[in-house]
Amino acid sequence: MIVKREKLSLWERLYLPAIIGGFKVTLRHFFRKKVTMQYPEEKWVVPQGYRGAPYLVRDQEGNTKCVSCQLCEFVCPPKAIKIIPPGPAGEIADRPNAEKMPKEFEINMLRCIFCGYCEEVCPEEAIFLMEDYSLTGTSREEMIYNKEKLLALGGVHNDRIRKWKRKLEEAKEQAAFPVAKP
Amino acid sequence: MSAAAATTETKPSPPPVEKIRIKVDGREIEVPKLMPDWQGKLQPTTMLQACALAGVEVPHYCYHPKLPVAGNCRMCLVEFGLPLIGPDRKPVLNEDGTTKIAKQVLPYEPTTVRGAIACATPISTGMEIYPGSPATRQMRESVLEFLLINHPLDCPICDQAGECKLQEYSVDYGQSASRFVEAKVHKPKAVDLGPRIVLDDERCILCSRCVRFTKDIVGDDALGFVNRGSYSTLTHFPGKPFDNNYTLNTVDICPVGALTSKDFRFQMRVWFLKQTKSICTSCGTGCNIVIGSREEKIYRYEPRQNDAVNSCWMCDAGRLNYKWVGREDRLVKCGVRNPERGMKDASWVAALNEIADRLKKAPAGSVAIVASARQTNEELWLLSKLKAKLSATSDSVPRIGEGDKLLVNVDKNPNSYGARLTGVAADPMGSSLPKIADGIRGGGIKTLIVFGEDVTKHGIGAELLGKLETLIVSDILPSQTTELAHYLLPGCAHAEKRGTFTNIKGRVQKLMKAVEPRGDGRPEWEFLHDLVYNVTGQNGFVSIEGLFNQMVKEVPAFNGLTWAGLGDLGVAVRI
Repeated sequence: MIVKREKLSLWERLYLPAIIGGFKVTLRHFFRKKVTMQYPEEKWVVPQGYRGAPYLVRDQEGNTKCVSCQLCEFVCPPKAIKIIPPGPAGEIADRPNAEKMPKEFEINMLRCIFCGYCEEVCPEEAIFLMEDYSLTGTSREEMIYNKEKLLALGGVHNDRIRKWKRKLEEAKEQAAFPVAKP
Repeated sequence: MSAAAATTETKPSPPPVEKIRIKVDGREIEVPKLMPDWQGKLQPTTMLQACALAGVEVPHYCYHPKLPVAGNCRMCLVEFGLPLIGPDRKPVLNEDGTTKIAKQVLPYEPTTVRGAIACATPISTGMEIYPGSPATRQMRESVLEFLLINHPLDCPICDQAGECKLQEYSVDYGQSASRFVEAKVHKPKAVDLGPRIVLDDERCILCSRCVRFTKDIVGDDALGFVNRGSYSTLTHFPGKPFDNNYTLNTVDICPVGALTSKDFRFQMRVWFLKQTKSICTSCGTGCNIVIGSREEKIYRYEPRQNDAVNSCWMCDAGRLNYKWVGREDRLVKCGVRNPERGMKDASWVAALNEIADRLKKAPAGSVAIVASARQTNEELWLLSKLKAKLSATSDSVPRIGEGDKLLVNVDKNPNSYGARLTGVAADPMGSSLPKIADGIRGGGIKTLIVFGEDVTKHGIGAELLGKLETLIVSDILPSQTTELAHYLLPGCAHAEKRGTFTNIKGRVQKLMKAVEPRGDGRPEWEFLHDLVYNVTGQNGFVSIEGLFNQMVKEVPAFNGLTWAGLGDLGVAVRI
């Protein structure tokens, strides 16, 4: 295809008007507010609902909330989560009536795609996608976060329901079984 | 022997079956008037059985095909109708000439449907069952609502989650939300019921399957309910723990997570487990099982229904006999002993070639083979080929233990008949072992091939093994025999290979592979095939199917069988 080249008009051939027009744009931006963020020193404010790294949380009393049901491991699309259940002779759970908590809980942050399925599927509200978006490490092993690290990073979740505590209190009230004898 | 020697099930000609015509959800079907009950006796067909024949599943908790009917869970309530009978004792007809059906309703409330429990109500001619009607659905919804009133709903920590009938039926027939706002009744949790069973009373829906199982199947009346109403609690009799050899079956039949296995408790969620159909190898019964494994680790055995062998059950001892498969000290390297430097790792090809050279040079009669009746038919048959070529003496080790009336057999070898039928075992089994010992002592036997047995415990002591020129040992776990071996060939556990076993009643059943072999371990039939080829030059199969089909042609008792024909349940042969 042949494109026909138009002849320049007189105004265009004068050259200077285009230069001046260009500098006007430059000058306008020169006096505007700067938008570049000085990244490592300056940090971005993460918007609400952002899906950052998934971490485990504790409840207000410092108990591990995860009960090792392994639904997140099951639902995780890239298979980033690996849970080792406690087994019959495992450590006693932080909340004794919740009966179990994971012996080990690993998330491979290199595999994680931050989809949030784990948070969505969790029946115990024990895992949340937090605001961390910049995860670094010097080796692949370092990028596999274990239970201890995940709990430390996750912090405390202000649980409003506190299902297990309520169950425990309910059971205590019924301790005189079936009814207290007169 | 002819090809007719292999028989399938011995079937007496069935007596003429009386049939009844009924309708299930408006579809007319013909069902037998009598059907086998839990003991196999013919009893009037129930609505539940009739619906199953019509291809309609009626949900149920307390009903189990192999247990007496209790009818206490009410989950199988269905709406039904019977032909209306007039005052003249004749069926009333509609205008179009069809029989008028009277739907069953409450006596003083003719607008309310009166359901019947399908598991315990016999069918009659002309009956119409409506398992899909709105009234039936409403009844199921209500029953589930009551069952869930005191259920703790702790599915995240419950081992049954994923195979829980309460979960399944709640999804299929239950309400989406609970209307119950009062406090739930709390009962004991994590009750130690016996050495292998933990009970969570809160989760129990009082179906009484476990009570009936232990009373009527095992004959150990160990469980019962105490208290009343919502406080009803399952428990064992005081001072008498629930500890018979069949307790773990109650975990399988428990429709909820009330009874859990101490062994499997909190080990793995059931939806991760790969299910492999196989055979229990702890005794001659050969109970059909499902192996649950994940990432090359076995987590549990569960019984698989086979009415010709184990019904729906298996013993606890057999069920828990899987841990050795994952033991740390498994033999994982092929080894060849060097006179100066001791045992050295070797490659399979090198070791097998060396063994074949030695065996080819061995004079006839100087070789003895000690096989194991824990090996598969195919492996024993390959050994019998070696035996024939080398004119070797061979035998296998008998194992007699305690049996019981239900499933456990006195023969603790899973494949005694395989060893006998392939001609590897002496008659009686074990009678040639002293001869082999004498042969070694006298110097006549210079080469000994041992498969899967520690012969030092069976009359051929370490000092005798030391006199041998060549000791070829294949095993899975280290023993005194493997320590003295000149050639060590790591084998596979039953869960790591395929093959067939012949049980004590002559039923040939398949093993399937659940996990990969450890280390360099190879299925015995694979390397035995290589060895037989190297020594005898015979070939003709590369797969277990081909090997099985070849064996079937050459072993008279197995004539007529095919690998595919064995199916999941096996085929009985004449023994």
